[in-house]
Amino acid sequence: MHHSAQVMPATADDIIHIAGLDKWFGNFQALRNISLTVKRGERIVICGPSGSGKSTLIRCLNRLETHQAGTVIVDGIRLNDSLKNIEAVRNDIGMVFQHFNLFPHLTVLENCTLAPIWVRKQPRATAEAAAMKLLERVRITDQAAKYPGQLSGGQQQRVAIARALCMAPRIMLFDEPTSALDPEMVKEVLDTMVSLARDGMTMLCVTHEMGFARAVADRVIFMDQGEIVEQAPPEIFFSQAKSERTRQFLDQILDR
Amino acid sequence: MNSHATARRPASERSRDWLRQNLFSSPANTLTTLLVLTLLAWLAGRFFSWAVLNAVWGQASVATCNALMGQGACWAVVADKWQQMLFGIYPQAEQWRPALAVLVFCSILVLSAMRACWRVRRLLVLWVGGSLLCAWLMAGGLGLTPVPTALWGGLPITLMLAVFGTLFAFPLGILLALGRRSSLPILRAASISYIELVRGVPLITVLFMASIMFALFLPEGVSFDKLLRAQVAIILFNAAYLAEVVRAGLQALPRGQYEAADALGLGYWQTQLLVVLPQALKITIPAQVNSFIDNFKDTSLVIIVSIFDFLYAVRQAVISDLDWRHYFVEGYLFAMAVYWLFCYTMSHYSQWLEQHLSRDQRN
Repeated sequence: MHHSAQVMPATADDIIHIAGLDKWFGNFQALRNISLTVKRGERIVICGPSGSGKSTLIRCLNRLETHQAGTVIVDGIRLNDSLKNIEAVRNDIGMVFQHFNLFPHLTVLENCTLAPIWVRKQPRATAEAAAMKLLERVRITDQAAKYPGQLSGGQQQRVAIARALCMAPRIMLFDEPTSALDPEMVKEVLDTMVSLARDGMTMLCVTHEMGFARAVADRVIFMDQGEIVEQAPPEIFFSQAKSERTRQFLDQILDR
Repeated sequence: MNSHATARRPASERSRDWLRQNLFSSPANTLTTLLVLTLLAWLAGRFFSWAVLNAVWGQASVATCNALMGQGACWAVVADKWQQMLFGIYPQAEQWRPALAVLVFCSILVLSAMRACWRVRRLLVLWVGGSLLCAWLMAGGLGLTPVPTALWGGLPITLMLAVFGTLFAFPLGILLALGRRSSLPILRAASISYIELVRGVPLITVLFMASIMFALFLPEGVSFDKLLRAQVAIILFNAAYLAEVVRAGLQALPRGQYEAADALGLGYWQTQLLVVLPQALKITIPAQVNSFIDNFKDTSLVIIVSIFDFLYAVRQAVISDLDWRHYFVEGYLFAMAVYWLFCYTMSHYSQWLEQHLSRDQRN
């Protein structure tokens, strides 16, 4: 509210513009005065201790969470109570969840074509052809007729990535995509994400995979207690973090 | 207890051990087991000799049955009265019509239970066509002698009330369950009130309301068929119970399913119809079948508003005949067998359905 008057218009380069974002769960403030601008094609990794608000932040971008104050503008569309705006923003954003959230009653292929057919109104054949291409890209074509329950965690997460890509999103959100995976499956999912990043997708990833952050991130953001404490390109972030809290956190997760 | 009681030993040995451990572990246990077994064997023997050995089978006169002095069952009463038991007071010369209607109706049920028919258009054609055919057979017209619904009775009534009572209650129950979980306060309050009100009232009361009080609210001269009113009452009643069954399924779904659907941009109805309900309805198959079996048996309450269902038709067929009226136990056993046949089939089908639907999705 107090910031809505001073929103800067998003420039052509800025695909996400957040200003003065506040979010409460009851009496608990999950996000405090967050301001963040993301450029088209930018790859951002968000890290921080649990409960720091990093998941909540990216969930505010496609309105899985409502915010109480501040502005969120995605690709020129302001997120508010307007269902039309929410729908338009969700059309732009793909999301990958920690627990995959595939639809267990549908085959892998059906999971991928559901939204293209019903939301985008694509003919089934078109949607299936597009889905098979993306399944090929995540190297899972031979499983297209199987149900999610028949796949390994890593395979499921790759299907979830393909499902999100089937809607041809301009932005991809990853909410701890490897946290629920067995260690030997983390790599196959990260590889998929790296290849996506190389292709110029705008990505916001909540993850503790610092190797991934080093390899592809343009910017690493550290959050704590609902605030953005520090943000910097990875080479600076990992070696010259300014804040004591950031350094402590990095010490813990990098085990140095 | 037995240290080498492993799964590798032959079944005969394992069952012997089981018996020893569970039924003959101490003198007192052994005694109890023997006493109970003796009692059961004696009862079973008595029933068998009454129902089978000493019974009168097939067509026979009342005198033959009376000569047994109660030592054997008189199945002749069923052989003599089965038409009246099955079809009630439906005009006797026309009773091939309800018989055919029951046959058609059961065929609809069997066909729609088969996977090959699980296409919206096929089911629609089957149900609309089949139901119209049954209605024509029962009501007459178009070349058949008209028979008013007041003369309908027996198995067709029971089947119709139970099946349509569930079929139409289903969409209504789903809407109520969704309403109860809606974020719109008025819709939620209305759904909760309806469900709790109906569940707080016995079916008999609802039937009374539909049969007697409903007429008081209508303008003079306007009236609906009594059978139709009872049918609607049963539908409205069952909907409240099915709503709770469906709600249990909705609540069992993880929140992630809704979030994934939201994130993909699916709208409310798309999410419900494509993602949520297919899963929620599958989880609740056992509860749904339980509910349907309940409905099926509850239809016998319609006698309270003078609609003659199967159970009443059986009773009436026996006790209204001065000669046969002592043999109502046999009549009720016959009714029991018919009810059991339907309910047992349903519960078996539901087990098959559950396994069949989860078969593809398991590892």
